[in-house]
Amino acid sequence: MNVVTQLVVILGTIGVVMVTVLLHVAYLTYFERKVLGWMQDRMGPMEVGYHGLLQPIADGLKLFMKEDIIPSGANKIIFSLAPILSLIPALIGFAVIPWGDGQLTIPLPWIGDVTFRPFVTDLNIGILYLLALSSVGAYGILLGGWASNSKYSLLGGLRSAAQVISYELALGMSLVGVLLLAGSLSLVKIAQAQAGGFWHWYAFALPFPQIVALALYGIAAVAETNRLPFDLPEAESELVAGFFTEYSGMRFAFFFLAEYANMILVSCIAAIVFLGGWHAPFPFLDFVPGIVWFLLKVYVFLFFFYWIRATLPRLRYDQLMTFGWKVMIPLVLANILVTSVAAYFWMN
Amino acid sequence: MNETPPPTAAKGSHDEFGMIHPAPDPNEGDAAVLRTEELLLNMGPQHPSTHGVLRVVLDLEGERILKATPHLGYLHRGTEKLAEGKTYQQIVTLTDRLDYVCAMTNNFAYVRAVEKLLGVTVPPRAEYIRTIVAEMQRISGHLFWLGTQALDIGAMTVFFYTFREREVLIGLFEKLCGARLTYSYYTIGGVGNDLTPEIIAALRAFLKTFPEKIAEYNTLLETNRIWLARTKNVAVISAEDAVAYSLTGPTLRGSGVNYDIRKAEPYAAYADVEWEVPLGKNGDTYDRYFIRVEEIRQSARIVSQCLDKLPDGPISIDVPGITYPSKDRVMVDMESLIHHFKMACEGIKPPKGEIYCATEAPKGELGFYINSDGGNHPYRLKIRSPSFVHLGAFDHMARGYLIADIVTIFGTYDVVMGECDR
Repeated sequence: MNVVTQLVVILGTIGVVMVTVLLHVAYLTYFERKVLGWMQDRMGPMEVGYHGLLQPIADGLKLFMKEDIIPSGANKIIFSLAPILSLIPALIGFAVIPWGDGQLTIPLPWIGDVTFRPFVTDLNIGILYLLALSSVGAYGILLGGWASNSKYSLLGGLRSAAQVISYELALGMSLVGVLLLAGSLSLVKIAQAQAGGFWHWYAFALPFPQIVALALYGIAAVAETNRLPFDLPEAESELVAGFFTEYSGMRFAFFFLAEYANMILVSCIAAIVFLGGWHAPFPFLDFVPGIVWFLLKVYVFLFFFYWIRATLPRLRYDQLMTFGWKVMIPLVLANILVTSVAAYFWMN
Repeated sequence: MNETPPPTAAKGSHDEFGMIHPAPDPNEGDAAVLRTEELLLNMGPQHPSTHGVLRVVLDLEGERILKATPHLGYLHRGTEKLAEGKTYQQIVTLTDRLDYVCAMTNNFAYVRAVEKLLGVTVPPRAEYIRTIVAEMQRISGHLFWLGTQALDIGAMTVFFYTFREREVLIGLFEKLCGARLTYSYYTIGGVGNDLTPEIIAALRAFLKTFPEKIAEYNTLLETNRIWLARTKNVAVISAEDAVAYSLTGPTLRGSGVNYDIRKAEPYAAYADVEWEVPLGKNGDTYDRYFIRVEEIRQSARIVSQCLDKLPDGPISIDVPGITYPSKDRVMVDMESLIHHFKMACEGIKPPKGEIYCATEAPKGELGFYINSDGGNHPYRLKIRSPSFVHLGAFDHMARGYLIADIVTIFGTYDVVMGECDR
């Protein structure tokens, strides 16, 4: 495979991944509104298309047509930069997410063998890369809140900074247990190590099931993506819309896309790290393609996001901080300690 | 560094919005002490959770509230002044627009005041229907409150559940008087329409399933850790302070003061039925939540007892000069036609005097003061609305809490701005 073919294949894979992710993001909003509607005794979108199926497209077009407003007194450069800074890290995170296993080699005349793989790249520091990107994404929120020249935005941005720093620690450390057991930071290697039934998934596997870590990861992930009950940066009833109060049109849409892309990203990480990625729960179900299992796990996780949103009230800022530092962090540290001890004795 | 700045520079400059921008401190630098400043946040009148057009100016230190100043008047429609030019029957429609969430109770409070001024008593069936409808309104008002308070705190789903039941009650009101929000159902001397067997059956069916629905809301809230954390020890007011700030209704009873006008000075059919006044202990938001939910249950109890005891008879007094003649007589009877004409033109002329009459509305004591000069419209009408009085305690209850609690505190009074600004 020469360099040009390789480049075309890589760009093609990136294109497929991006289109898939953006389509999922669009229909995630539809899915969310339907699930919430179902839980809240109402219909959800019904008007555009059959059962409202074209609603995300209508919403996208509407946002595209909206006037782009930059408030007077706002820092124009940072104000314009912030939505991009928020969306890009959310999207490029998908570069290291493996959607399935194996590779497909097609011999083509004149060009030679072309190999397709179900991920863009397999970084050996995949998890570290994702955690770094999620920190960069927080800058978008913080700068957007600061540059808007609005007090509500500023308070939203400040809350977001505090929240992301607190919960990122818990998020990162909840993954450490699995890293200790897998001995790798590569998402592909972690997923491959969990083959052969659900009792090999790290959430349930010996020597020490990471089920507590999965729960903690779930909580921290909700906080990282600013979803209820941790949606303080955009707390509608308090701060109007928090950090994106002043945003309109496509810039608003960028923040919106970033939030949903982040939701998919954290769900993908959960599926790969704790729930065996593309592996079937029982070996006899292996005939079902891996991508089906992977998407199923991701959607179950996403469903939890909606379920929580429909059920719980919002925490207060100080309660959020107390919970983050006094409950989450000691628990993840304890999990790391117990996992390391268990792994040490298991390996000897 | 050598020259001292002119004294005006220290004050800073005003920008086009009137905000003060302090001039840079010339001593700022290595040894400079970081300056702290209070953040002034203008919340409302356009804000998603100020329940209409309330505006509050908050002095903040970080997220903590140092001072909260409510600014009222964005919904002022001059109801009291308008009333001076209307006949007594016409004012009933104005009262609909006070607390538009609970229009029935406003009608009730007003017609009671006029009847007291006229010195008339209404027939027993009318008293029972009035009680039933007022308690249905209390249930629907409290359901509205529960939904919006939960929504403000972030629990979306409760809102849809409570509105589902409120819809049933509003449907019954629509069958009863044709309107869904501004009813004008109570008339001076009675009520406008009789309860039909169909409405009674529907109401009984509603009351049968209602306890399960309350349990459904409570599973979402009552023992929810986040709900408890957001409402316990928030906006605490002691019994002494609550009395001193003239709080009434569930806001007063949340602090443990046993005062309910329905028990203290029973009117309508409240003395004939068994019910209890729920009381709180700590005077915090959770107690007020608890009391309102309990009041919903007690109201349901009152309604079902009233339905059992509902006497037969007329639904309005028939006194020339106070009530209209019945419509079927107007069409065939000359005297009745003249009577109708005179009522419509002149209206009711109560004797000279003044009266204050208080009614227990879902939000607290709703009082009407009427000063009559013997004419067909009041010389002065003053409305004592609970929402207005409650906002007087807002600063006292908000100080020291966080911005997130502001919306909880708005909600805990059950503020409706239509009533507040009149």
